[in-house]
Amino acid sequence: MRNNKLLDNIVIISVFIFLFLPIFVLILFSFNTSELNIIFEGFTLHWYKDLFYNRSLLEALINTLLVALSSTIISTIIGTISAYGLYKYDFKGKKIINELLYIPIVIPEIVLGISLLSIYTLMKMELGMFTLILAHITFSIPFVIVSVRSSLTSMDPNLEQAASDLGADSLTTFFRVILPSLVPGILSGAELAFSLSLDDVVISYFTAGPGSNTLPLHIYSIIKTGVTPDVNALISLMLLTIFIVLTISMVISLRKIKGDER
Amino acid sequence: MKNKIIRSIFIVPVILYSLLLIALPIIYVLIISFYKNDSYGGMIRTFTLENYMSIFNSVYIGIFLKSFLIAVITMFICMIISYPFALAVSHKNAKTQSIFMTLVMVPFLTNSLIRMYGWIVLLRKNGVINQVLLSLNIIKNPLNLMYNNLGIVIGMVYTLLPFMILPLYSSISTIDYRLLEASSDLGANKWKTFTKVILPITFPALFNGGLMVFTPALGFFFIVDLLGGGKIMILGNLIKNQFLTARNWPFGAAIAILLIIITYILIMIYRKIGGKMDDLGA
Amino acid sequence: MSEKKVIVKLENFSKSYGPKEIIKSINLDVYEGEFITLLGSSGCGKTTILRAISGLDEPTSGRVFIDGEDVTHLEARKRQVNTIFQNYALFPLMTVYDNVAFGLRMKKVPEDEIKTRVDKMIKLVHLEGYENRLPKELSGGEQQRVSIIRGLINNPKVLLLDEPLSALDLKLRKKMQIELKQLQRKLGTTFIYVTHDQDEALSMSDRVVVIKEGNIEQIGTPIEVYEKPVSLYVADFLGEANIFKGKVTNVSNNKTTVNIKDKFDLTITEDNYQIGDSVNIVVRPENIRLTLVARKNNCIQGTITNMVYDGYITKVFIKVNNTSYEAIINGNNKNYKINDEVYLYWALDDSIIIGDKK
Repeated sequence: MRNNKLLDNIVIISVFIFLFLPIFVLILFSFNTSELNIIFEGFTLHWYKDLFYNRSLLEALINTLLVALSSTIISTIIGTISAYGLYKYDFKGKKIINELLYIPIVIPEIVLGISLLSIYTLMKMELGMFTLILAHITFSIPFVIVSVRSSLTSMDPNLEQAASDLGADSLTTFFRVILPSLVPGILSGAELAFSLSLDDVVISYFTAGPGSNTLPLHIYSIIKTGVTPDVNALISLMLLTIFIVLTISMVISLRKIKGDER
Repeated sequence: MKNKIIRSIFIVPVILYSLLLIALPIIYVLIISFYKNDSYGGMIRTFTLENYMSIFNSVYIGIFLKSFLIAVITMFICMIISYPFALAVSHKNAKTQSIFMTLVMVPFLTNSLIRMYGWIVLLRKNGVINQVLLSLNIIKNPLNLMYNNLGIVIGMVYTLLPFMILPLYSSISTIDYRLLEASSDLGANKWKTFTKVILPITFPALFNGGLMVFTPALGFFFIVDLLGGGKIMILGNLIKNQFLTARNWPFGAAIAILLIIITYILIMIYRKIGGKMDDLGA
Repeated sequence: MSEKKVIVKLENFSKSYGPKEIIKSINLDVYEGEFITLLGSSGCGKTTILRAISGLDEPTSGRVFIDGEDVTHLEARKRQVNTIFQNYALFPLMTVYDNVAFGLRMKKVPEDEIKTRVDKMIKLVHLEGYENRLPKELSGGEQQRVSIIRGLINNPKVLLLDEPLSALDLKLRKKMQIELKQLQRKLGTTFIYVTHDQDEALSMSDRVVVIKEGNIEQIGTPIEVYEKPVSLYVADFLGEANIFKGKVTNVSNNKTTVNIKDKFDLTITEDNYQIGDSVNIVVRPENIRLTLVARKNNCIQGTITNMVYDGYITKVFIKVNNTSYEAIINGNNKNYKINDEVYLYWALDDSIIIGDKK
């Protein structure tokens, strides 16, 4: 096909400018001597130093990472087990369970947020880190299941039979044969769960309580009074970390593409 | 016996999870929506349709219309941006495609609130965009880029764009390029090839994207709070207020149930046109 | 021959993808109404040639003419040629009718005329009653027919076919070969056909263009390229070939003697070689005869190492001085068995002589 390369590149570049502009601005102002985030007046690193003395901000960061990590690990484990269970076994009501699993994916987050808040209140559970992590697990599991399921359906169905033909019991089969071939699906599910958790505002807003102040909630509370550039500095550092992780994972996946082309 | 235990290990967690953390909370919200609110922020256990009736109050109808309008506009703008972008990316080689699609996701690994703050810095009266335009003498007075509908739509489009780009791209990238060549070979120009070949094939993906943009757009109260300036309300703000400030849970629950119903009508249409549920989460 | 009108002309056409040169400056004339086949192994550039004619790719250099008009830089959609794609490329969400009507609709032909023409085409390939089906509801052969009439309905000056039968099973492929050839005769449309299958090329074409690594190796009728290959490559690519490499040792009254690897002598009737020249003698397996008693000319002794029964023929592999040669004998011939000592011989004019180009 003859395609207009120039037009293609203009479209791609414009979309990327749109996507990265707000982030770029935040990073830029993290080096700004003025604390107003309005005009760039000069270069400084002192906001990065300040960052380490801003206790509530650091606490919010730690909470955020704690929630993201623990909910990712738990939802990945439960999601993987569940995806395999739903793939392998038949049981009464499986259809209903399958339908229920789509709910967190499709309904507006606010509905899931107030539903969890309501049930927490009904159960007299005090809002805090536990309820927050549980909420994040709740909305992450279905995404992990979908991701692992796509790996399962593309897996050779004879693998399992071959394993049991060779004398492996079902647990051995799962751990030695099935699980290794699901790794890409599990990893992308975990990635998704982690980024969903980092990104979430709405559900956290309803399910977090005092003592479980996370980064988005912290920023939400100070955004109207004015955000100081040490927050920009923190965001820049987070972005840097993400960028490093992404670059590594991209290099790995690009090698795989190259391998496939051969 | 041993097999039975193994079987339970694999299926009990998902059953418990979906019943306790998905079904139960939503059923409870459904029940609440028939309760009555007492004046102290508590609930009276009864059965009333009052909450659903009061949705038809003109104030709330206005909020409904506003929400739908914002969501529909957001959805259309996302479509208009995503199609050319996904097509342009699909013209690149495999390596470049994979880099570009990863880059699309990078901003979303930060928090959406943080990105909204970035937009505030850009859009406000003394924000970066106005400063730049003023210093270049393109405008004489700063533009009102936020605290209005424009700001809300920018925030919504920005936050939801990847949900349109991803399904469209994955659908477009699986189109056999020979179909496009056949179309061109048979005399179709680019626009005809798009409307007659690409659009019909990618329609389920377009609907998927539309769904994943439209329904969240009804609920993102924080975008409206931050970029709308507090005067404008959408369904998300209404629900949030009922639960956290007005403390009228039954009414808030009724609106939430309504949102669920709207979502499910859209899902039914999506399934009818051949969309797969798993694609929604991918 | 001189009356024939050139419908497609490639002039010094070459094509590179990046640093890789796929086609190295070729010239080709295609005559109106002929069935011409571009034959070569995968990656030889035959599809690249087709894409330059269809307009789906632009040449790196050189020019393309269709019916005398320079179309080198004309878009595919504006060219009066149509392509049949390897995987049919039927629009999956359109019915058979809409697929076939697509090209005419693009030209804004009135719907009632489209109807008549589509009906006629559908009848031509016996797909009546399938108009409202979707491509996925058709068998491979049916899809193939739809894709062919989808191209033909536009009355193209040339129909380009890119390995159109490769996805079909053997039996259907044979049937479609006959159908395609009949269709081409009936309509008189010029077909440019790309394939890597030598049987297909030989059985369908008026002319075959053998392509090797971006160059045209030989152009000729099927009989010419099979019986008079100009190179070892062509001889080997089209059918099986026993190749005897040797040196001319004696030339006398219309008889040239060639010594094969110091082991034995063969005689050829060609006389344009001199003593010391390297020559290759190619003999098709079906021309090699076996006997238990020695004959006078061109007779070599060997041992049968293997026999492969293949229904109406049996392939016999004979080892002569550590080189294996192949002969074909009728069906289930019980005169020979493995480890038999036999003599190979053939008629003098069944030797194809190819000089060694170094």
